[in-house]
Amino acid sequence: MALNINRPEPTLFEKSRPGRRGVRPPVYDVPRADLPQEFLRQDLPLPELAERDVVSHYVRLSRKNYGVDLGFYPLGSCTMKYNPKVNEVAARMRGFVDIHPLQPVETVQGALELMVRLQEMLAEISGFQSVTLQPSAGAHGELTGVLVIRKYLQDIGEGQRDIILIPDSAHGTNPATTSMAGLKAVEIQSDEDGNADLRSLQAVLDKYPGRIAGLMITNPNTLGLFEAHIQEICQMIHDAGGLVYGDGANLNAIMGILRPADVGIDIMHFNLHKTFSTPHGGGGPGAGPVGCVEKLAPYLPGPIPQRQEDGSLDWAMPAKSIGRIRSFWGNFGVLVRAYTYIRMHGAEGLREVSENAVLNANYLMHHVKRTYPVPYGHRTCMHEFVAQGKLPDAPDVHALDIAKRLIDLDNAHPPTIYFPLIVPEALMIEPTETESKETLDQFVADLEQIAQEARTDPELLHEAPHNAPVRRLDEVQAARRPILSYIMELQQQG
Amino acid sequence: MTFVVNTDADRAEMLAAIGVQQIEDLFHDVPAAHRFPQLDLPPALTEAEVLADLRAMADRNADLEGNVSFLGAGAYHHFIPTLVDFVISRSEFYTSYTPYQPEVSQGTLQALFEYQTMIATLSGMEVSNASHYDGATSTAEGVIMALHLTRHKRTRIVMAPTVHPQYRAVVRTYLQGYDLEFVGEDLPPFDYLDALTELIDDNTACVVVQNPDFLGAIQSPARLQELADAVHAHKALFLVVANPISLGLLTPPGEYGADIYAGEGQATGNALNFGGPYLGLFACRMAHVRKSAGRIVGETVDVEGKRGFVLTLVAREQFIRREKASSNICTNQNLNALACAVYLTALGKQGLRQVAQSCTDNAHYLASRIQELPGYEVLNPGHFFHEFVVRCPEPVSAINDYLLHEKNIVGGYDLGQDYPELGDNVMLLCTTELNTPEQMDRLVEGLRERSEAHGA
Repeated sequence: MALNINRPEPTLFEKSRPGRRGVRPPVYDVPRADLPQEFLRQDLPLPELAERDVVSHYVRLSRKNYGVDLGFYPLGSCTMKYNPKVNEVAARMRGFVDIHPLQPVETVQGALELMVRLQEMLAEISGFQSVTLQPSAGAHGELTGVLVIRKYLQDIGEGQRDIILIPDSAHGTNPATTSMAGLKAVEIQSDEDGNADLRSLQAVLDKYPGRIAGLMITNPNTLGLFEAHIQEICQMIHDAGGLVYGDGANLNAIMGILRPADVGIDIMHFNLHKTFSTPHGGGGPGAGPVGCVEKLAPYLPGPIPQRQEDGSLDWAMPAKSIGRIRSFWGNFGVLVRAYTYIRMHGAEGLREVSENAVLNANYLMHHVKRTYPVPYGHRTCMHEFVAQGKLPDAPDVHALDIAKRLIDLDNAHPPTIYFPLIVPEALMIEPTETESKETLDQFVADLEQIAQEARTDPELLHEAPHNAPVRRLDEVQAARRPILSYIMELQQQG
Repeated sequence: MTFVVNTDADRAEMLAAIGVQQIEDLFHDVPAAHRFPQLDLPPALTEAEVLADLRAMADRNADLEGNVSFLGAGAYHHFIPTLVDFVISRSEFYTSYTPYQPEVSQGTLQALFEYQTMIATLSGMEVSNASHYDGATSTAEGVIMALHLTRHKRTRIVMAPTVHPQYRAVVRTYLQGYDLEFVGEDLPPFDYLDALTELIDDNTACVVVQNPDFLGAIQSPARLQELADAVHAHKALFLVVANPISLGLLTPPGEYGADIYAGEGQATGNALNFGGPYLGLFACRMAHVRKSAGRIVGETVDVEGKRGFVLTLVAREQFIRREKASSNICTNQNLNALACAVYLTALGKQGLRQVAQSCTDNAHYLASRIQELPGYEVLNPGHFFHEFVVRCPEPVSAINDYLLHEKNIVGGYDLGQDYPELGDNVMLLCTTELNTPEQMDRLVEGLRERSEAHGA
């Protein structure tokens, strides 16, 4: 009999018993070095568990999680594709996992070789001249890119440019990054077809002459639509003296279909954990390499591994670099997985990935829009689309209720909800290329069943999930009276 | 090969349903002149072939299974219990994403809640977040938090010279968009506390020190409390960087006045991985948490009163606050934080203390042996944890070459690039619980041979 996954699992601290021991570290026969008593801590209240209990604790917790390996995970904007198992073997090879980042460069030539090859392949896929692998995540790549733009503009005597334009459909990281880099975010509206609105763009360009540092744009955008005027937009920004940052979150739609640099993007991050199949890990680690055109390359963070004339590899700091953006060289273990993925696909394979991601999304949209509103459903979507969790004959049912009911039906993780912000009651659905037609058909059937329930039994939806390790959680209380550790739980109990 | 599931028949059926002739027609919005470029990538490999390709590259690296290491400087070679990789290899953990839907993410959320509890305990702080990218970016986020807390009215950042050089560099990179003044980094690295205190003024937002510091030195908690008092007298924030392994033994930053704790969590349960992925530990005072960056998990109850966990205090974050967010960070380093939590649990109270004690014992044994060698001098004037500085009779690179080729030893870190004021030929050595007496004796032997060859 399987353990009931809905049974509460006590915390480690509740399971701890004084004197119990887990793993014993090695101890060798060297003289004891006693530091002065005043330097030492008095108490170390870490949990005390036997190894056997540690393992069952975490295995039980793992069963309260949903992952891609369990089934469909159409979380829009996150590209929850299958994570090939070979990636995990690759990243755990002794010669990759057990090397110190500061070893002499001649002892890590294989690691630098992999990095240089990955840089070259990402440059080829995107059309950019140079790539840095240092940024650790998409948002980290964004910060890198905006700092590069800022420093470049200062260098050419255009340091007064302080505005970054951002479409209203953008990820929150874009405006947050802009502020973090010391620049100001100004919003561009979307037009009735879901594209960045050219009139809105022109109006802002006219309003701030000489102050435009650049534009951050996601293409395909977060509505899942290809920006139909992308070349014109890039041209307008360049004419205004700015640079174009591409948010590469949605690259999975366009590999081998379009190289972003070809339409005027100047600098862009890649999300290796989305497009290139490295596992999301419950929210990291990812990697957010940044590629750019030639004139920005001297500003990239470094050091960057490069081929030398004698064929060896060494680190080089770009001449006008913004500096380091993190310690050491990047999330190397993630880079190994992405390298593995690209090598297994080749050019044709990557194009096949994007073609099927887009086909799956259009097939799903075609069926979903029979039941749910899809605001831009008149257009062909790319790798994802945004429906609305509001049904004309069930006004009290919301996107949240539909998401929670999907948990009960147990065939899929719910889609992203309430994003992008410009679509009320958004259900953002991204099937990816690694799902079958049967899976997509089942998801359509589930959504249709839920629409039916919304009309006949809305309470069923409002109270969902009924079948999960916990029911709906009180997030308001969590924020008002924060309990952020087990110590605080004990304190609150008095 | 690809992992696409659709067959030709599937594709035909799906295209027919949509009413489209061929897949290419789905891309009519893409500018025709640039559509379907021919990518020049190496040919696709099968799984067997790609593994061979990877193996060939991995084999070109001198890994620490076959070599002994005395290299630290911010990344440490510790024993990782087998169960750590077992747990993080559970695909329910590693193939999930950010717990946006808490009802189906309780595994990740509870594990993070427990992680936060252990990091708060270890650092002596009130509250930990769910981790940052690494120790350097965690430090930078801490400095930014100090700027938020002083309402962006203060422009001086005081950093000790012995904060990891890369962390200081990252702080400067992150903050280049602000008009700030960075002071303190050029003070003498073995004697900076008094001079650092002098630099604190009413325009100071944050004072950053590391303990044990980059050169291995540990300061007395009483002395650091004095520094904290000076920081607080000017209403600035005191940020302490510390290695979590050392906190198994040493007084935690929360007990000598730290407002913010940042640290590199690699040493606790994460492999060296050539520098990443690692995780940034971050903890602070409860009063400041709403100005902090990054994911935080909180406890609550469900509609039936059952305990559960959610992401909380999200009103700080970019997806809610956009340009007014405390940071642009989205995720944490979740799987690395999980590895850290499993490591701390597996070792437990006694195990972590033992690791920290062994690191110290080994370092002091090694230092005393090296001090006896002609031509070598241990430079640390005071107490140290598991790293120390040695002046050598010849360039560090020459010694390291010899050790690697003759003794299969990866030697120490050459401090010349970061601390030219220490003079030539200065090396930072590190020991962990993995260094056996035999290995340390072999290193001493190698150093002796070099100095004899050098005629010292």
